[in-house]
Parts: sequence; structure tokens; C-alpha cells
Amino acid sequence: MSDPVQLFHTCLVNEIGPEVGMAAVRLLERLGHPVGVPLDQTCCGQPAYNAGFHDEARSAARHMLRVLSATEGVIVIPSGSCADMLVHQYELLFRDEAEWREKAHAIAGRCRELSQLLAEEWPRMPAGARLRARVAYHPSCHLLRGLGVRDAPLELLRAVEGVTLAEVEDQEECCGFGGLFSVKQPEISGRMLERKLAAVAASGADRLVSCDLGCLMHLAGGLRRQGVGLAVQHLAELLDEALP
Amino acid sequence: MSAVPPFVERVRSALGDERLHVALGRATEALRSRRASAFASLEDSDRVRDLARKAKLEVLADLASQLQRFEERLVANGVEVHWAETGEEANRLVLEIARRHGVKRIVKSKSMATEETHLNHALERAGMDVVETDLGEYIVQLNQDRPSHIILPIIHLTREDVGAVMHRRIQVPLSDDPRTLAGFARAKLREEFLRADMGITGANFGVVETGTICLVTNEGNGRMVTTLPRVHVAVMGIEKLVPTLEDLDLFLRLLARSATGQKITTYTTLLRGPRRPGDECGPEAMHVILLDNGRSRLLAGDDAEILGCIRCGACLNACPIYKSIGGHAYGDTYPGPVGAIVTPGLRGLHGWSELPAASTLCGACRDVCPVRLDIPRMLLGLRRETVRTEKTPLGLRLGLKAFGWIAPRPKLYRAAAAAARRLVRARAREGWVRRLPGLGGGWTQARDLRAPAATTFQEQWTHRQQTARATGSTPGASAGGAGGAGVRRQQAHKPEAASGAGLTPAERAGGPGGAAQHPPARRR
Repeated sequence: MSDPVQLFHTCLVNEIGPEVGMAAVRLLERLGHPVGVPLDQTCCGQPAYNAGFHDEARSAARHMLRVLSATEGVIVIPSGSCADMLVHQYELLFRDEAEWREKAHAIAGRCRELSQLLAEEWPRMPAGARLRARVAYHPSCHLLRGLGVRDAPLELLRAVEGVTLAEVEDQEECCGFGGLFSVKQPEISGRMLERKLAAVAASGADRLVSCDLGCLMHLAGGLRRQGVGLAVQHLAELLDEALP
Repeated sequence: MSAVPPFVERVRSALGDERLHVALGRATEALRSRRASAFASLEDSDRVRDLARKAKLEVLADLASQLQRFEERLVANGVEVHWAETGEEANRLVLEIARRHGVKRIVKSKSMATEETHLNHALERAGMDVVETDLGEYIVQLNQDRPSHIILPIIHLTREDVGAVMHRRIQVPLSDDPRTLAGFARAKLREEFLRADMGITGANFGVVETGTICLVTNEGNGRMVTTLPRVHVAVMGIEKLVPTLEDLDLFLRLLARSATGQKITTYTTLLRGPRRPGDECGPEAMHVILLDNGRSRLLAGDDAEILGCIRCGACLNACPIYKSIGGHAYGDTYPGPVGAIVTPGLRGLHGWSELPAASTLCGACRDVCPVRLDIPRMLLGLRRETVRTEKTPLGLRLGLKAFGWIAPRPKLYRAAAAAARRLVRARAREGWVRRLPGLGGGWTQARDLRAPAATTFQEQWTHRQQTARATGSTPGASAGGAGGAGVRRQQAHKPEAASGAGLTPAERAGGPGGAAQHPPARRR
């Protein structure tokens, strides 16, 4: 029996991609973690923060800190971007408020992005993960350069028998999502999206996988607009699908 | 200078320029891969970067006294030192120096500081004959253009463009062969070097300890400019100081690698004053103009760190936004991520607040910066400043105010999210939305939107917990395949594997919300 974990599911998973959250829950349970979902969680505040509305971001952040502080155990987040917000940005957001900064620091120490935790604990996973797929992996920027997680998702994909990794040109380049950026600068965002999708198409992959639903929504929306039928998945879904 | 068109127009015109797109893609990619291999050859590169960053930040923290020491050394070396509060003042000083020395013809080597002050225009207006001698800058000048990259001023032109410009402006035979074109330019520039009365340069670094000006070039023009004419004027930003020659060594190792992917540039010139008795060459007089032009204000603010920039251009090459829109779209002297901070820093946020907003905060710039400037953090700071001091779109402002109020109120938050979900779902067909009104229109301009789920994760989770309780199993307690009924039952709710973003037409037909209608998606 492993330690209990708390799932911070994120807004996008809740509203747009609940299957990602359910897959994450099943994976964590397979590792023996009793999963708790604090139902009063809302949003980490990143949209307001990135737009420069720090008062509003702090209001969301205080709430999240209150909710998460009332729980125990590792906080698992199926999003590099939201995880980076909690792990790195909260302390900056509260740099002038010692009490909240300390709370933020304590929570930051408890947070793990899902692929980080899964990669560490994968040896304990029941064997037999198997899936025939040629996967283009898109490292989301906040996971890769924010949290510094480069290898964990790749290790997980390699651990699945039958999965081959497609080589994507400029793999680590941003897809152009960027939260509100995608709405406020649709032309630049669209150009970046086109470039990313062209690289993915050239890779010969039959699936596109990432660890952030934001990027995935953006990429899937672009594929849909182009009329391209390429499967797009969160890493948690792929792993859940591959396990016996 | 003529008025700069609005950002949105600059972006649109850049995105519409297919040749620019191709040129930028090729050049930035070449520079990125050269940089990567050059860094592979630098032993302990992380430590070198840390040391360089430390040296820079220490100078900046103590800039006033460092500048004073630097000035003392320069004067002791026989250099005349001038201080310019603004760009206009710097230009006026250059002009005064030129008149004092009876100068008519001026040659220049590449300098961002004099781009910033628009020195060429000022000198030409005063009747001086000025020629840029860096090949790229020479073409810019011939084309009455503006540089669009810190290192490669004409990154936006193809070699055919360059041939056409030279043919038109200096009447050489039309060609698109780079060697031939460079040969024409060399012959032409040689005459200019020999005729010039004064040379103007910038400074890559100023070494406090010795009062040395360091210039880093690849074409050798920097040497010609500083040795052939009888007067040399260096215009340098006050932030360009490094403490010692030993520190300079750190920066030289980083600069060429970051800028062009070279281990060292072809010419590294260290200048310590005018010609001394017995010297065979060198100018009779040397002047250094120390330019503030907004730097003191930057130094006093939250973004003082950006003054540590050594103008290598690596962040431009790494930036997917720069790669998309090129340098001119940034509207001022410094393009790319560094420009998005320096431009509002030097000129004020008003009129320039779109620059820090136009970023996905992807962090590629921070990753390649030789002195590890935290550009995303500074962009975020400028966005906050924008909200405080500038007009922001009403819809966005109200929306985010409401967000701030609702986010700490879970019930209200869920209700608002449910209402939004219903609204968007009502516009969906086959699980996708093709067009949204208002702010959402920005999204659907470039891509479709996957319709929100019919039931949220929390609803699905709660349902699962209740079912598990009813059947007496505890889903959380089951490890591995021994999963209780709760786990298995839920798997029947699991959407078709690849429906994460619903991709095959068949999957779309059900829409994400309808995914539960699919058979269990166990595939082995």
C-alpha cells in the first residue's frame, strides 16, 4: 500500500478532458496510491497571472493554497503548466506576503507533475504495458523548461512495449498555445501551430502525445481545422490504455 | 523617425511575407544548430555562464562607482570621455567632436548603441558623409532599411535582394553570388576606409580595470575603422562594463558561441587609447561617449537584470515568435525577447506594451541566454505593469476581475463553469466548435475548439466514488490488476482511447461527452 496522494486535476481536465483525470486516477491506483480529489479546488490562477492581473491571480492562489494545505500527501498534477504555477510562480506572486509565501513554499514542496511521479514509481507498476503506436511526443514548455522535466515522459513511453518514438524536428519548440496568448495573438499563435503540425506530420507519427491539456487542445484544434485525423492524447491516457 | 505602425499591422505584414518566413526559418535554424555545437565544445559551460552572470550582476549592482573607475582609467590612457543622457545628446556630442577635428567623412563599424540613437540620420542631416562598413549594415544603409537582427542585420533579405540593392545603389553588375557581392563591397569599402577622417564604433565590452574598449568582429572592418582614420569615437551603453580582463575572457568565450556558433570571432580588438609616440598606427584622438538613454531608469526598476545582456542574439534565434514575425515587427532597435524588455525599458511602456504581451513564456530564450537572464520573469513583470498603468481591453479586464472574485468561491466557480460549458456546447457540432464570438473568436480564428465535456471530471469522480461505496469496494485501495468493481465499471466509461482530443470522424460523431457510449476501450 502506497501513500495517499491528492489530485489537483486542473480546470481544463475538469471541463474539457475528464478522461485524462480518470486515466490519471487509474494509474495512481495501480501503483497502490489511494487518490483524494479535493472537490473545492478551482483554478491555480495562471491565466490571470500571465495576463498581468496579479491581484486576481493571488485571490485564486490563496484559495488553492487553503484547499491544498488542508490535505496531506503528494499533490499530483497532470499538467506541467499548472504544476509550474504552483511550484515556481506562487512564491513569486507572494514575494511581499511572508505568511502566504511560506504556505506556497510548503505546497510547492509537495507537488509532483504526473509524469515525474509515474517515472519514479514505474518499476512498481504491474508489468505488461503494451501498445502498438508510433508516438510524436510534444514536450510542453512549462514542463520542459519550467519544471525541467525532459526525460520522464520519454522514459515512460519507452517503457511501453510496442511504442516507437517518432523524431519530430524542433521537438522542443513551443506549439504556440501560451494560454490567453492563443486568443490575443491568434495570427502568431496560428503560425507557430502550423509549424509544429508540419513537423509532427513529417515525423510519420500516428499519435501526438503531451503532458498538458492546453497544448493538446491547441494542437488537436489545429489538426481538426486542417482536417487531419491524427490521434492526440495526454500521456496518462496512453499509459492507461497500454496497461493490461 | 517616421511613426511606427501599430503592432498588429507590423505582425500582419510580417506574417504575410512568405520570403521573410523562409529566410528567417533557415537562418535561425542554422544559427541555433551552430550555437549548440559550439557550446558542446566549451568545457564546463554551465559554470562559465554562472560566472559571467555573476560578474555582470556585480558590476550592475555597483555601476556608478564602476563607471567612475572606468572613466579614470580611460582618461589616464589619453581618451576623452563624454557622458550622454539621451540619444540626441550622444548624437550632438559626436557631431561636436567631428566638427572640432574638422571631419567630413566618417566610417562606422557595427554598433547597436548608434542604431538606438539614429546617429546616421543626425550626421547626414548635418552634412557629414557616413558609411557603414559591416557588410550587413552597409546593405541596410544602401537599402535605406533597418536592421532586423542584432547579429545579422539583413537576416530578412535573400542574396538576390542584396544583389539587387547593390546593383541599384552602387552600380555594380547584378549578381546573387555572396562571394562576388562581398568582393564588390570590399573594394568599395576599402576606398572609404582610406578616405575617412573619423571612425565610429560601439563597444562590446569596456574593461574597468584597464580602461580597455573591446570590439568583436568577423570582417576586420572594426580594426580599419579604429586604426585608419585620425579620430576614433566609441559610443557605448553604460551597462557594457566588465570588471577585469579575466572576466572579459569569460564573456568572449560565451559571446561568439552564442552569437554565431564560433569558438572565437575572427577579430577581437582591444583598444586602450589613441596612438602614442612611437606607435606605427592608430588614431590621433580617441573619444568614448557613455550613453544612458533610459538605462539608469531600467537599472532602478525590477528589470535591471536585462542590462546584463551582451547582445549575442541567441534569444532571437531560439524564439518561436521572432522566427514567426522577424525583427522589424518589434518596431525598434532591439528585436526578439530581449527587445521586448529593453524597448519598453528604454522608451517607456506606453506604446510598447504589446511586446511583452506577445510571448507564450515558453522560456527558450532563458535557456540559451549566455548570462541566464530570466526573460520570462521580466515579461511577466512588464505585463503586470501594463495592467497597472495602461489601458487594457475592457472585456479582458472585466473577465479577469470576475475570475478573481469567483475563483475562491468553489460553488460559484462550478456554476459559472457549467454555464460556460453549456454555452459552448450549444455551438458545437460533432463535438467541435468552429466559430466563437468575442474574445473566443481569437481561438477559432486559428483552430477549432474541442467542445467541453458533458460531465466534468469531478462529476465522474464523485459518481465513481459513490458506486464504489455502494458495492463496498474501495477503488483507492486496489493496486494493479486486482482493481475492484469500481475500477472496472469506470473503465466502461472510459472514452475511446484516442478521444482525448477526439480525432477520427467516428469518434467525433459521439463528441467527447458522448464518449461513454463507446464500448470499453481495452486494446491489447
